[in-house]
Amino acid sequence: MSGHRSGNDAGTTSTPGAHAHDGESMTGAASLVRSLEAVGVDVVFGIPGGAILPLYDPLMDSPSVRHILVRHEQGGGHAAEGYAYATGKVGVCMATSGPGATNLVTPIADAYMDSVPMVAITGQVPSSSIGTDAFQEADISGITMPITKHNFLVTDPADIPRAIAEAFHIAGTGRPGPVLVDVSKDALQAVARFQWPDRIDLPGYRPVARPHGKQVREAARLLVESKRPVLYVGGGVIRARASEELRRLVDLTGAPVVTTLMARGSLPDSHPQHLGMPGMHGTVAAVTALQKADLIISLGARFDDRVTGKLSSFAPGATIVHADIDPAEISKNRVADVPIVGDAKEVISELVLAVEAEKTAGRRPDLGAWWTELDSLRTRYPLGYTAPPPGEVSPQHVIQRIGQISGPESLYVAGVGQHQMWAAQFIQYEHPNTWINSGGLGTMGFSVPAAMGAKVGQPDKTVWSIDGDGCFQMTNQELATCTINDIPIKVAVINNSSLGMVRQWQTLFYNERYSNTDLHTSHKGERIPDFVKLADAYGCVGLRCERPEDVDATIEKAMGINDVPVVVDFVVHRDAMVWPMVPAGVSNDDIQVARGMSPTWDRED
Amino acid sequence: MSKHTLSVLVENRPGILARVAGLFARRGFNIHSLAVGPTEVASVSRMTVVVDVDELPLEQVTKQLNKLISVIKIVELEPTSSVQRELMLVKVKADLQTRTHVLETVELFRAKVIDVAPDAVTIEATGNTEKLEALLKVLEPFGIRELVQSGMVAVGRGSRSITDRALRSA
Repeated sequence: MSGHRSGNDAGTTSTPGAHAHDGESMTGAASLVRSLEAVGVDVVFGIPGGAILPLYDPLMDSPSVRHILVRHEQGGGHAAEGYAYATGKVGVCMATSGPGATNLVTPIADAYMDSVPMVAITGQVPSSSIGTDAFQEADISGITMPITKHNFLVTDPADIPRAIAEAFHIAGTGRPGPVLVDVSKDALQAVARFQWPDRIDLPGYRPVARPHGKQVREAARLLVESKRPVLYVGGGVIRARASEELRRLVDLTGAPVVTTLMARGSLPDSHPQHLGMPGMHGTVAAVTALQKADLIISLGARFDDRVTGKLSSFAPGATIVHADIDPAEISKNRVADVPIVGDAKEVISELVLAVEAEKTAGRRPDLGAWWTELDSLRTRYPLGYTAPPPGEVSPQHVIQRIGQISGPESLYVAGVGQHQMWAAQFIQYEHPNTWINSGGLGTMGFSVPAAMGAKVGQPDKTVWSIDGDGCFQMTNQELATCTINDIPIKVAVINNSSLGMVRQWQTLFYNERYSNTDLHTSHKGERIPDFVKLADAYGCVGLRCERPEDVDATIEKAMGINDVPVVVDFVVHRDAMVWPMVPAGVSNDDIQVARGMSPTWDRED
Repeated sequence: MSKHTLSVLVENRPGILARVAGLFARRGFNIHSLAVGPTEVASVSRMTVVVDVDELPLEQVTKQLNKLISVIKIVELEPTSSVQRELMLVKVKADLQTRTHVLETVELFRAKVIDVAPDAVTIEATGNTEKLEALLKVLEPFGIRELVQSGMVAVGRGSRSITDRALRSA
């Protein structure tokens, strides 16, 4: 708002009529609704309760803010995240004090880890009762201090418009993140004069968007001199909506690209320079390219432990250029040789210009030998999976076919675990913001509510929730919300009757002792619960697929149902595992393509 | 590890101390001392934080602190280019026999006696850490009954003001 360009323009600019109610006397509740209208909120996911009740009355009359009543606050929070992912706008969720607010803690932490722009509005007990252990009192601003970008406790109705304006500005600009606004019940009830702030003035908040030119030129120089460069692309490129710029840089440099779990879709998977996903379950080519690189240009990524493996042995020969909008990410895990602070869109645009200048001056990279090596890796170690025993359904095949049949225009929203990794590996992403998942926090139960939020944000897109039988049971009550509010998502439950990823670790590292990972949802004829009946109970269409030959027909059938949510119970092979894998805390050099099988490095190429 | 003194300008709002202290705790940094108080600008408070860290973690904690919306500015004050003071109140046993010696020590360190009882005196002293440690060492044999010490406050030498510049850019 005040001069600097934001990394995410959503929610930071006021709507044209923002000042329409200036000077009017109204309750804090009405002023909060006016404020949400002023920042352009169109959807809120929430549940009312005692402390926030005053707000729900004027909310009912808002001409532009649609409130969707969810079944659990966690679902409301993830729905707000899904909405934010799908639209790029700030997602909004709402809850009452105490348990309502604490139920939002998980989605807030999730949004914090994955830099999702979100505003959470909570009711608080009357200010006179704060600190007395009153009924449904919880210090939610204290609780969320470490997991919010910022939070507010508002006890004066006159402060509400400014708090809301600032909250949306902070959530949506710079490195996006969750902001919580806790409003005491008496502040919602008392009357004050509405005054929308003319400008946001936060002396302690000035995100840097434009990178330092000298640093960018240095990066370009390194890039054209490098023999073995890799562009390491993270979620920041998605948040900055910098895919077009990235494409130009990739085409201009001819350099290999890896996209992290948070960046899937930032560069089309079909692009010939795309090596796939790096990290614990990344492709051999992507993991090895980083390990053997002489230059890593990190764009909006944060050298997470799931990417680097054992940090001390990560990319030992690489010079590091680290570009991020958050200065605190730079040199946090791996010391950067060339730090660049800036918005990914601006950084990449300027990098393109700087590389063009190098090329004009006759300097261009020669990557022939590097590509020969990488192409050989790609050919020798493509992504793949072991066929299941005859008659059993392969989970990887199901997910791959959903991607192929539904196509790259659809949105895919995963939970956390094996199905998430397979969905990241086997669905071909061609567009940014078509892949939505919980990366940093790894929140089981994310998928169904986030898919719901995504579908609300993109009603014309097909939205698939790719979920596991464990995850699905954590938040499937939002199917009721979907059915009632005409949010026809499609849920594929990849049902292996287990907490599959935990089971995989038990197989590999705990002598196949399966302690507490059996969910009884499909194995040996047990169906507790029966997901088809559960879908039916929620007014959804429930389908089941148990034979490999039925996979396509079942997906096609689900594709044809667009008036109500569909839940497909894909009963899959239980022992399927996610490969490749770099075990936790191990060097990326020790990647395994299958159990006990490491690639051979020392061939002559 | 070495001690570093950070001057942190923050918005004078409720909860800011919890935000700063919480950040240090959850990122695993040990606060050696912390002092908060008003500045010449009503809306701004100043924290002086002394931390025990190496150079690289110090950079990380400074960056993390800077991300707090309520933090306006952070300056590291070097011992050579700043003045650093702590306040100490110490209650020392002092009867008729030892009182004279205690008072001599107080004189020597340019400290003050601020309360007297038949068997004890309370001494006020200000100075840098080394001076106060030295004073304590001399007082110890008399018997220290109670000791309370403030966090360190510090200000850069010369005419420049960190508040001035921080707020002008705002």
